[in-house]
Amino acid sequence: MDSVVQLQKQLVDYIASLFHEGFLDEQFNQLQQLQDESNPDFVVEVVSLFFEDSERLLNELAKALEQKTIDFRKVDAHVHQFKGSSSSIGAHRVQKVCIAFRNYCEEQNVEGCLKCLQQVKHEYSLVRNKLETLFQLEKQIIAAGGSLPAT
Amino acid sequence: MSITGQVLRRNLPENVEVFDDSPSGSLELHVLAVDDSVVDRMVIERLLKISSCKVTTVESGTRALQYLGLDGEKGPVGFDGLKVNLIMTDYSMPGMTGYELLKKIKGSSVLREIPVVIMSSENVLARIDRCLEEGAEEFLLKPVKLSDVRRLKDFITRGEGKDSGERINHKRKREDDYASSSSPSSPSSSVLSASSSSSSASSSLSSSARLSKRAKLRNKD
Repeated sequence: MDSVVQLQKQLVDYIASLFHEGFLDEQFNQLQQLQDESNPDFVVEVVSLFFEDSERLLNELAKALEQKTIDFRKVDAHVHQFKGSSSSIGAHRVQKVCIAFRNYCEEQNVEGCLKCLQQVKHEYSLVRNKLETLFQLEKQIIAAGGSLPAT
Repeated sequence: MSITGQVLRRNLPENVEVFDDSPSGSLELHVLAVDDSVVDRMVIERLLKISSCKVTTVESGTRALQYLGLDGEKGPVGFDGLKVNLIMTDYSMPGMTGYELLKKIKGSSVLREIPVVIMSSENVLARIDRCLEEGAEEFLLKPVKLSDVRRLKDFITRGEGKDSGERINHKRKREDDYASSSSPSSPSSSVLSASSSSSSASSSLSSSARLSKRAKLRNKD
């Protein structure tokens, strides 16, 4: 079962790197603790929900910032939601950009907001790719007959 | 209406207190969780279920009051006949905030006995004070952890049947006592500090009555 062991090591290393580079934080560990035999897909499910929700929020943000007269309270409300959900799944870098984003909203700084929108889109797509890679690795391990290493 | 979560149907007359005696012999709390975030609802539901609680989740304060029966005739029983033992609500929600929901619950002669816990991602002292003053049992910083839920559950199950006005000082211990996993959790601090992330200087800390009930502010790294 050499390949399974290799895959498992790959997974452990990969997760460690995501933490090390700040993509994920402790909250992601919390989520993994909530997964068990009765709910073996919990992390994938909640992260998928996060992806769905994030797409929606990013669309709303883009729309809100395209308006002739920007309603900063509305923008802020969306960012607040995004900050919350990213925090809930441990998407640390996304959360950080949201914090900066909210400051610009408070200042009613259009340029700052637009900049943050780009940044948050970028960070979101990065973490999304990372997580999808992570889930792929897990799938491969399971398919090869292995079990997921304990976190 | 997006009420999710496992709501067990039982052939019981209404108003019967349902404290489930599951096979393991443990009592099951029924928690009503209120949060406008779909992601947070999923997480809190899982947190509660893994802690052997029954959960009903709703997306707003309005839905919560509907579930509890605004007219209050049925008491703190959901329309499906299950008594609610605890309400956990997000603070910042569109429409009715968690604070407004708290006020409505504490202002109702029938619902006020239900313990209410406020959850918020923002560590604002004035907000915490306001909620505690209005009768919230606890103020939890989001993201809510498993240890928070376990601690809450212990507190509530111990408190059932006692005088509901009694406040127990349940300081969160310094180390994460409940951590049974190997995850490297940052130590939770029970220090009642004037958090540096809060904008308001905390002269309100001088109120010693508040101190014993002040939420356990977690010092974020």
